[in-house]
Amino acid sequence: MSAQLLTGNNAAAWGARLSDVEYIPAFPITPQTEIIENLAAWVDADELAAKLTTFESEHSMVTAAGAAAATGVRVFTATSSQGLLYAMEMIYTVAGWRVPLVMVNVSRGVSAPITLEPDHCDVLAARDSGFLQLHAATCQEVLDLTLIAFRVAEDARVRLPVIVNQDGFYLSFTREPVRIPDAEAARKFVGPFDPRSLRFHAQQPMSHAVAVLGGSAYSYFRYEAHMAVNNGLAAFQDACSRFGQCFGREYSVCEAYRLDGAEIAFVMLGSFATKAKAVVDELRRAGQRVGLLRPRVLRPFPEELMQRALAGMQAVIVVDQNLSMGKGGVLHTELASALYALPQRPVLLSFVGGLGGRDITEAEFVEMVHEARRTVARGTPPPPRLLYTEGELRELRKLQAIAAVQHEQHPEQERPDGD
Amino acid sequence: MLRIRLHGRGGHGMKTASRVLGRALFLEGYQVQDAPRYGAERRGAPIFAYVRADRKPILERGVIREPDLVVVADDSLVQVPAAGVRLGLDAHAVLLIDSHEAASVWQERLALAGPVFTTDSSAVLGRAAPATDSGTPGTNPETAVGEDPYLASSHAVGAAAALLGAIPRATLEAALRTELSELGRSRTARALAAALAGYDTFQDRAGTVEPRRVWTPGELSPPDWISLPFETADVSAPTIHGGATSVKVRTGLWRTLRPVIDHEACHRCHWMCAFPCPDGAMFVDSEGYPQIDLDHCKGCMICVAQCPFHVIEAIPERAASALGDDSPAPARKPS
Repeated sequence: MSAQLLTGNNAAAWGARLSDVEYIPAFPITPQTEIIENLAAWVDADELAAKLTTFESEHSMVTAAGAAAATGVRVFTATSSQGLLYAMEMIYTVAGWRVPLVMVNVSRGVSAPITLEPDHCDVLAARDSGFLQLHAATCQEVLDLTLIAFRVAEDARVRLPVIVNQDGFYLSFTREPVRIPDAEAARKFVGPFDPRSLRFHAQQPMSHAVAVLGGSAYSYFRYEAHMAVNNGLAAFQDACSRFGQCFGREYSVCEAYRLDGAEIAFVMLGSFATKAKAVVDELRRAGQRVGLLRPRVLRPFPEELMQRALAGMQAVIVVDQNLSMGKGGVLHTELASALYALPQRPVLLSFVGGLGGRDITEAEFVEMVHEARRTVARGTPPPPRLLYTEGELRELRKLQAIAAVQHEQHPEQERPDGD
Repeated sequence: MLRIRLHGRGGHGMKTASRVLGRALFLEGYQVQDAPRYGAERRGAPIFAYVRADRKPILERGVIREPDLVVVADDSLVQVPAAGVRLGLDAHAVLLIDSHEAASVWQERLALAGPVFTTDSSAVLGRAAPATDSGTPGTNPETAVGEDPYLASSHAVGAAAALLGAIPRATLEAALRTELSELGRSRTARALAAALAGYDTFQDRAGTVEPRRVWTPGELSPPDWISLPFETADVSAPTIHGGATSVKVRTGLWRTLRPVIDHEACHRCHWMCAFPCPDGAMFVDSEGYPQIDLDHCKGCMICVAQCPFHVIEAIPERAASALGDDSPAPARKPS
C-alpha cells in the first residue's frame, strides 16, 4: 500500500481502528482531541464497530477503560498532560488490576505555567505506575506501535496497560507520509483478544477492589506486576519480529542510528531524536564518529540493551526533554544507573532541552558534541545544562516587564550565594 | 530540502494553505512534512504553518528558522512580534506578501536583502473574470477578499506554488481539490480560481525559490548558552502582577471584520450588545451609547448578531482601515 499524508493523531486513530478496538472512553484535550474526533467520525459512519463514550473527566475515562477491559473487551483511549495527571490515581489503579488496554498520550508540558507544546514531564509522571511505555518518533511509528502495543498488553506474560507516547505538535499535528497497513493483515497481526481470566459480568461477579493490609500480600501483588512489566521487553521483541514479517517494517527495543564505530552517542526519546539524527548525518559526512541511541521502550527500561549499545563509547550525550525537579533529567539518571555496572564507563553528559516544545537547533547539537570531546579530554563531565540562550533570557525579560515583575530585591532577601 | 513558512491569522486558512502545498509536493513525488503552529486557537490570532519537502525522508522537525520561502497572507502581521514573520528572512529567503504596497516598500521597511514579491490579492481577485471554463462563479470586486479571507491565502498558495517551480498547474489544482473537499463546490471553485490566478501571475518566476546549501558543522556559530541566574520566586514565579496588562496587547490587530455602530439608528439598549462582548471590548458612554474599543475588539461579530435593530454592520477591516477611521472610540453622532 502506498503512503498517505497523516498527522500523528490520524495515525493513532488508525492504529486503534486497525486493532478492532471495541470500547473507546474519551475526553478531549489539546493536542489529543483529533484522535477521538477521527474515531468518533468512524463510529458514526459505521466504519468502526466500537462503542465510544465521552466522560466528564479523564479520571472517569481511565476508570471506564480499566473496567471495560476487565470485562474482556479491547479498549483504546487517549489523553495528554493535565488529563493524564488528573487521571493519575486511576492510572496506577487499573495497572494494579492487571487489565490490558492501550492509551495514546500526546505529550505536552504540564502546568504551571500552562502550555500546549510538548515535553515528556506528563508521560514520565506515569513512569512508575505499571503502564508499559512506548515512545514514537514518527507518525508511522505512532500507528505501528499502537498495533504492537495491543499485542504486548494482551501478552499472557504481561497483561498490563500500555501507553504509546507521541509528541504534541511535532507529531500530533504534523502530517508526513504514513503507510496504513491492510485491514485484514492488521487484524491477523493483532489477533483476537483472548481475555483468559478477565470475564467480569453481572452473572459472574469478581472484585478488583481488593484491600490487603500488613504489607506482605501487597508486596507480592506489586512485585508480580513489576516482573510482568519487565516481561514486556520479550513481548515487545516478539511482537516486533512478527510485525516485521507481516508488514516489512522492522522495529527493535532501541533504535541504534549510525552507532557502528561511533565514539560519541546521543541518547534521546521521541520525535526530537529525528532532529538529532539529521545532525548525526552531517557530522558523519564531516568524518566525525557520532551516532544516536533511541529507546522505543522506556518501561520496562531496556537496561542491558543500552549497556551493550553504549559500551565502548567515549562519551554519551543524554538530551532529556523532561525535568525532575531537584534532580535533573530522568533519562540521564536512569542511564547513569544502567552504565554504572560497566567496567569501562563512557563519560555521561546531561542536557535538558525541548521543555514546553522549545526547539533544539543544529548548532546546539553540534555544540553538545564539542562539549563531549572536551569532556573526554578533561575526564570529568560538566554540570548538567539547560539549553537556554542569552537571547531567550532577553526575550523573557521583556515578558516580565509587561507582567510588571519588580527586579529590585529587598535587602533582607538578598542572598550572598544566590547569584 | 525545500523549507516554506506561511503566516496568517486564524480563519485565513493557513493550515490548509500549508496542506495544499504539502499535498502538491507529495503528489510530485517529494517526501513531505506539513504542520500548523498556534497557541490558544482563536479566529484572527496570528498563526503560522510550515512545509518541508525533500527527495529523501525528512528528519528535521519543528519551526523553520531558515526558510527558502516565507508567505504572508496578511501584511498587518508583519508588525505583530508574536507572529515572527521576520525570522530567517536573509539574502537567500524569498518573501511573498499579500499587500497593496510595492515589494520595494517591504524590502526597505524590513531591510531585506532577499527577493520580495507582493500578491495584492484584493486587486487581482477583484478583476477576476465573471466565469471561467472551470465553472468559477464571478467574484464581486468590492467584497471578494474581505468577505472570504481564505481567498487571499488561496491566491498566495498559487503564487507560492509557481515560485517553487516544482508544482505543475494541474498538480496545484488536484492538491487544492483534495484539501478543500470539505468546503463544498462553490467555495472550492472560488479558492481554486484565486489560487490559479496567483499561479499564473508568477509562472514566469518559476524556480525563484531554491533550497539552501546543506550546512556543515564547521560553519555553525555556537549557541549563546547561559547558565540561568537563580532568582527568588518574587521574580521567577510565573505571575502577572496586576490585572490590566492584557490591555497592552492590541488584539484589535487580529480583526478581519470590523463592527460599525450606526449611532443615529442606535436605540441605546446597550445591555443587548455591549455586555455579551466576550472580550469586554465594548463600553457604554455617558449618554448610554455602546462604543467599541477597536484596540481590543477581535472582530467576533457577536455584537452584530446581538443588535435587535440591526444597526451594527460588519465591514471588512481592510476597507475600514482605508477610511482612516482607526480611533479606539469613534466619535458618536448623537441624534
